[in-house]
Amino acid sequence: MTGKTLYDKIWDAHLVDQAEDGTCLLYIDRHLVHEVTSPQAFEGLRMSGRKVHAPDKTIAVPDHNVPTTEGRENTANMTEESRIQVEALDRNAREFGIHYYPVTDIRQGIVHIVGPEQGWTLPGMTVVCGDSHTATHGAFGALAHGIGTSEVEHVLATQTLIQKKSKNMKVEITGQLPPYVTAKDITLAVIGLTGTAGGTGYVIEYCGQAIRDLSMEGRMTVCNMAIEGGARAGLIAPDEKTFAYVMGRPHAPKGAQWEAALSWWKTLKSDDDAHWDKVVTIRAEDIAPVVTWGTSPEDVLPITGQVPDPSEFQGGKVEAARRSLDYMGLTPGMKLTDIKVDAVFIGSCTNGRIEDLRAAADILRGRKLAPGVRGMVVPGSGLVRAQAEEEGLDTVFKQAGFEWRLAGCSMCLGMNPDQLAPGERCAATSNRNFEGRMGRGGRTHLMSPVMAAAAAVTGHLTDVREFVAETV
Amino acid sequence: MDKFEKLTGIAAPLPLVNVDTDMIIPKQFLKTIKRTGLGVNLFDEMRYDEQGNEIADFVLNQPAYRQAEILIAGENFGCGSSREHAPWAIRDFGIRCIVAPGFADIFFNNCFKNGILPVVLPQEQVDILMKDAEKGANARMIVDLETQTITTSDGVEIGFDVDPFRKHCLLEGLDDIGLTLEKAPAIAGFEARMAQERPWI
Ligand code: SF4
Repeated sequence: MTGKTLYDKIWDAHLVDQAEDGTCLLYIDRHLVHEVTSPQAFEGLRMSGRKVHAPDKTIAVPDHNVPTTEGRENTANMTEESRIQVEALDRNAREFGIHYYPVTDIRQGIVHIVGPEQGWTLPGMTVVCGDSHTATHGAFGALAHGIGTSEVEHVLATQTLIQKKSKNMKVEITGQLPPYVTAKDITLAVIGLTGTAGGTGYVIEYCGQAIRDLSMEGRMTVCNMAIEGGARAGLIAPDEKTFAYVMGRPHAPKGAQWEAALSWWKTLKSDDDAHWDKVVTIRAEDIAPVVTWGTSPEDVLPITGQVPDPSEFQGGKVEAARRSLDYMGLTPGMKLTDIKVDAVFIGSCTNGRIEDLRAAADILRGRKLAPGVRGMVVPGSGLVRAQAEEEGLDTVFKQAGFEWRLAGCSMCLGMNPDQLAPGERCAATSNRNFEGRMGRGGRTHLMSPVMAAAAAVTGHLTDVREFVAETV
Repeated sequence: MDKFEKLTGIAAPLPLVNVDTDMIIPKQFLKTIKRTGLGVNLFDEMRYDEQGNEIADFVLNQPAYRQAEILIAGENFGCGSSREHAPWAIRDFGIRCIVAPGFADIFFNNCFKNGILPVVLPQEQVDILMKDAEKGANARMIVDLETQTITTSDGVEIGFDVDPFRKHCLLEGLDDIGLTLEKAPAIAGFEARMAQERPWI
């Protein structure tokens, strides 16, 4: 008999029912909820007279829509529509008795940062949220994926999800990352290689030395963007780093339960003889700092490259590339490092954790934003913000000329007033460079925090390795 | 949920790859707390200019396609954000079937929950349908879920696969939650077992 993958093991441990045609009912251990994708689901419960099946396993936090400026606890400072959604979440959380972190709570933040921070996310769990970047929680060896609002309602009412099993893909990153090449570069490089649909139908397990060497923060960055490669979820087997991160968190098990949990968690890895439907291997040494040039996360190139010519592509991608370049205002053959930026955004569930802020601050210390460039740092949670302030990082950012904001999704999707103006070009640490994502007509280049920081200082896309070598 | 049985309608061609849900329904329309009314903003930034005027050459603004009920699209349709506002907007506009060489996972699931049939076909067959759709309002296609076929205006019949459980739910207009609640004893049994085996959860 062949062995099992980590995905197989978590799947089997949550199987409630399996129909003859392979349709399964999977038990959900944690359900995270935010204000944008949940109002219709709660309304559905009300209309059918249903309750939340397991309020204790349901955690809500407003993040997408909330202002990131001071004074936001006064809802009068929100736009009318944001206020309606945030107030709806307040009311739903209270009425249905679920855990809740309102904007007045220092623990509030982006849902995918709050979950791990508070110890809600644990190895071996199933975690869902009405948000595609739920894949982030896979960094703990939890099977975590995004769902639509109808499924949010389904999970609220039944604590289960109707699912069919995906295939298994192994993505191995061997060796050691070069200096200034980060988790963000790994995850973008993988998408660049497999394409945004390359993971469709798969759950990816990331493994290999370079993944083992990453901190938990870095692993979350990698798994966060599994969805950008089309995968249902991304997973990393838990190890001593994972256990150390989880231990002592408010909702992590304690005492005898901790011991029991730990002994199960230690079994959560793919067997040597497990079957993989697809295997991708990348040498960490071959990964350079990368940036996106187009309007799809697969439009990735090493910073040393040039803007491609649409004719280099095939099929529907030719037209897509032409459209991208037109939208991005770029000419084929142009050096990526010649692309000037107007704005820099550091934050989001991809790179809004303390380690990301430390890395960006290290580059910015004693330096200033290039003239005419505006910069914004939005910590991923109130606790990340407090930690950064304790370390004096806020001063570094402010002295460099950045705005230092309150926690939320902010410019990552521009639902609040934090947006790009039409034609404005941004170096961003977030995860999507889609047309209009950060504001209508706004142009997004995705990259790591150190790359974004270097671009902030020079005013154009910059190879952080050269930047550091030249400016020490 | 509305039943989906057989649909005879106009198909709109949208030969773009990687159409993401931000394009289908931009974020400024996610602030609603209702499921309806999003149809006017479907593909908003492609459909209207900054002053809110229609962009004449966008497919759904062309007279032939204003009543389209079928959409023929490129690879990886519906990628990106999990927002169910995307299928809500599509449904509200009046489109009930989307054909593409591939769909993003979450979007694909979301369609079935809203009475929309997503059909995956090989690129060559999508190309045939795309050509037919380009003929405009005279080209009515027939999508028959029962027999799992799409028939072009010229009578070319193309078969497609669909998951049997999802087909059943669409044909009968069944609500997933109701179906799952019939399994309440199995859920309770699982929870009782977990309280012993993994009490920390
Ligand atoms: S930070 Fe961006 S990607 Fe992450 S949850 Fe918020 S909006 Fe989504």
